[in-house]
Amino acid sequence: MSRLAFSLLAIALLLSACATVDLNAPVPEYETGIDPNAWALVPAGEFLSGQHNHPATLDYDYEIMVTDVTVGLYVTYLNQALADSALRIDGEQIVGYYPGDEFRGVKHEVEIAGGDYVFVPLDDPASRFTFDGSAFAAVPGYENHPMTNVSWFGSWGYCAASGARLPIELEWEKAARGGDDGRPFPWGFDIARNQANFYASRDPFEDMGSFGSRTSPVGFYNGRSYDGYVTLDSASPYGLYDMAGNVWQWTGDVYEGQHYRYLRGGSKDTYEMDLRIWVRNNATPTYYGPAVGFRCARDVE
Amino acid sequence: MRLVRDRLQYLFGSTKGLILVAIAMTTVVTAVWGMLSGPMAEFGVRDVVVRLLRMDLVQAEREGRIIILYHSIAMAVVAIETYMLTGLLKMKAFYKTAVRLLITVGYLMAMIFGMGFAYWGHNWALHGLYIAGLTLVFFAGILLTIALWPWGKDFRQPDPAYARTRTGIDIERMAFFAAALTTVISALFGAIPGSMFGNGFEAFLAENIIRYPEKTTLEYSIIGHLHIMLALIAVMITLIIGRWLNFKGILHKIAMPLIILGTIVLNVGVWGVVTPLEPVAHMIIYVGATPAMLGALMLVIFGWDKLIRQGVAGIVRPTFFQKIGALVRDPLKFGPLWQMVFMNFTVSGIGIFMAVRLDEVFRVWPAREERIELTGHWHVLSGIIATIILLYYGDMIGLKGRLRRLYGWAIILLSDLAFASVTVFEMKRLFISEAAQQPLVNTVMLLMDFGLAMLLVVLAMVMLWRLADLFKKKGRWTEEAGQDDLSTEVR
Repeated sequence: MSRLAFSLLAIALLLSACATVDLNAPVPEYETGIDPNAWALVPAGEFLSGQHNHPATLDYDYEIMVTDVTVGLYVTYLNQALADSALRIDGEQIVGYYPGDEFRGVKHEVEIAGGDYVFVPLDDPASRFTFDGSAFAAVPGYENHPMTNVSWFGSWGYCAASGARLPIELEWEKAARGGDDGRPFPWGFDIARNQANFYASRDPFEDMGSFGSRTSPVGFYNGRSYDGYVTLDSASPYGLYDMAGNVWQWTGDVYEGQHYRYLRGGSKDTYEMDLRIWVRNNATPTYYGPAVGFRCARDVE
Repeated sequence: MRLVRDRLQYLFGSTKGLILVAIAMTTVVTAVWGMLSGPMAEFGVRDVVVRLLRMDLVQAEREGRIIILYHSIAMAVVAIETYMLTGLLKMKAFYKTAVRLLITVGYLMAMIFGMGFAYWGHNWALHGLYIAGLTLVFFAGILLTIALWPWGKDFRQPDPAYARTRTGIDIERMAFFAAALTTVISALFGAIPGSMFGNGFEAFLAENIIRYPEKTTLEYSIIGHLHIMLALIAVMITLIIGRWLNFKGILHKIAMPLIILGTIVLNVGVWGVVTPLEPVAHMIIYVGATPAMLGALMLVIFGWDKLIRQGVAGIVRPTFFQKIGALVRDPLKFGPLWQMVFMNFTVSGIGIFMAVRLDEVFRVWPAREERIELTGHWHVLSGIIATIILLYYGDMIGLKGRLRRLYGWAIILLSDLAFASVTVFEMKRLFISEAAQQPLVNTVMLLMDFGLAMLLVVLAMVMLWRLADLFKKKGRWTEEAGQDDLSTEVR
């Protein structure tokens, strides 16, 4: 009898691994009060870069978006770009032109020649936007969440169309850390669960028993309380939100001898160790995923 | 006073006592520090442990802490292997005593002071003592290499059933010697860059720089070091298990030269990463790994055949199932060899698959996915080595009957459940998307943690039994105190 019970339990446990995930489970809707169209000024100057606090200098002012680009902003761009024929539908994806990178044939390097590359997929059920054949729209409830399932090309294209660019890694790092100290997180030296959206951070958007973690609205961790869930104000010294957690952010550097593009900030799917400012992730520029987004930077006239 | 002295004499003066202390130290470290990451952190256990033990965890120092943690455990494991082989092989009494003394003081210093430095603030005296501990282990390695010198007349192999040269030089001893010598040399590949990065306070984890196309020589050296040290610990435990099971005959004669060849070529490949050989280093490593693994396969064939023959002795025409029954009758003898086979599914197989499909599959994914695969498969290899040690230890302490079977099968089944789950977790992106993975992740995490936690519970029970035994006047420890020569237990 006990063997039968054990066997049934084991089978039930193994079957639980095959459970399907409801990707369209209702999502709590909160207005954070943070404007996703806002930009912050980062002044020229020295700051401490990397884990080992090497002094670095950016000798120019620049602006960077206060939040990640939201789904709402991105679908507006997609609709406009499609109407202008700047982008086109190619099978199950939206593609756009990228002029290519210099190829040096280094080991493991993949050539990125000029041509059309995927911006966003159309057939991924994890996407937070819909396409009815003629227009894009945000999935209800996700308008103010960071845009995800967007490739590096798709991020590069959005920023370029906005008269901006992706921040290079040093710009991203300075914007996250400020110029005063070697803090590991944008807000300081320690991290609490209600300070950022990371894996098993117990935020209102996650359910680790079913669909796991989900993105949170941009600027969610701003000190406000949402239906009793109290957040800490987690802005960086320059007032940027979500520079740690929520989604990895594509950066703009194209390094000699490699096709990888670098991502910063950690995400809803990583432990807090990956939220430390100096942590780097990378992927091929065609990669897209539910935990990858971006924000733009621009030069100051 | 004599009461304490006798027990200390057993714990630090006998083969089995020394092994017990090292296993106990490793168990404590594994149990406590295992609560600082993964699901234990998710459940909030880490925060409780950190507060309770008043640990001082600075975010920027995580990589350095982990490096010290790895080394603390590795030194204890190297010490256990050293106790085993100095108990199994003939050597001059001076060397045996000196090696054991140096490595015992060394690993304990490295572990106690290293962990003190890493997790309880930065008292630089502790760091100095940690380095001194590592240095003592290194010197023990040099002495051990000298002690294992195979060309001495005293160490000739008189029995033609074992691998030997025409002049009687013991080829198995040569294999031990080759493994010890290359271990000492390969340690330098970590020590030299370690002294640079350590003094510059710029620790890094190899898995975090793996995709950078340009690496410095010292970075390559670190990557090579961590790979080869683990491989050599695996080679050494294979040789130890072979000696314990009295590996001999034609397969022994084939296996020993293969292991020597494999060990040397593997090392040349790894050392090559800091030379102009770097572009072909991986190929040399594959070439070296093949004979080493073939040698291990010979041991598995020999051992399983022996177990079956012993198990069906007296049966005129044993059936297939009787043979299988004989094979698995004693989990402590079957287990180490099975773990070597299982290693191919969870470590070598994964490694080869990754190497073959690297650019097409694994390097398309984010680097963090690749990191999971890299760290997963070498954690599994470390775990498998640990379970092999524990299975041998179970035999060493004289477990018999039902207890022996329970202990043996618990280690095999629980660890393999955990390691198989880790492997599924590592490879999950091959068959499930990031958005849909949570139920699978939950299940494999549960199985993984169940396996590891229950394994630690079994180990804790054994350790508590051994602790209680020390309070007995005529406990098991009094018998073990006189069983210094493990070669007498080779059957």
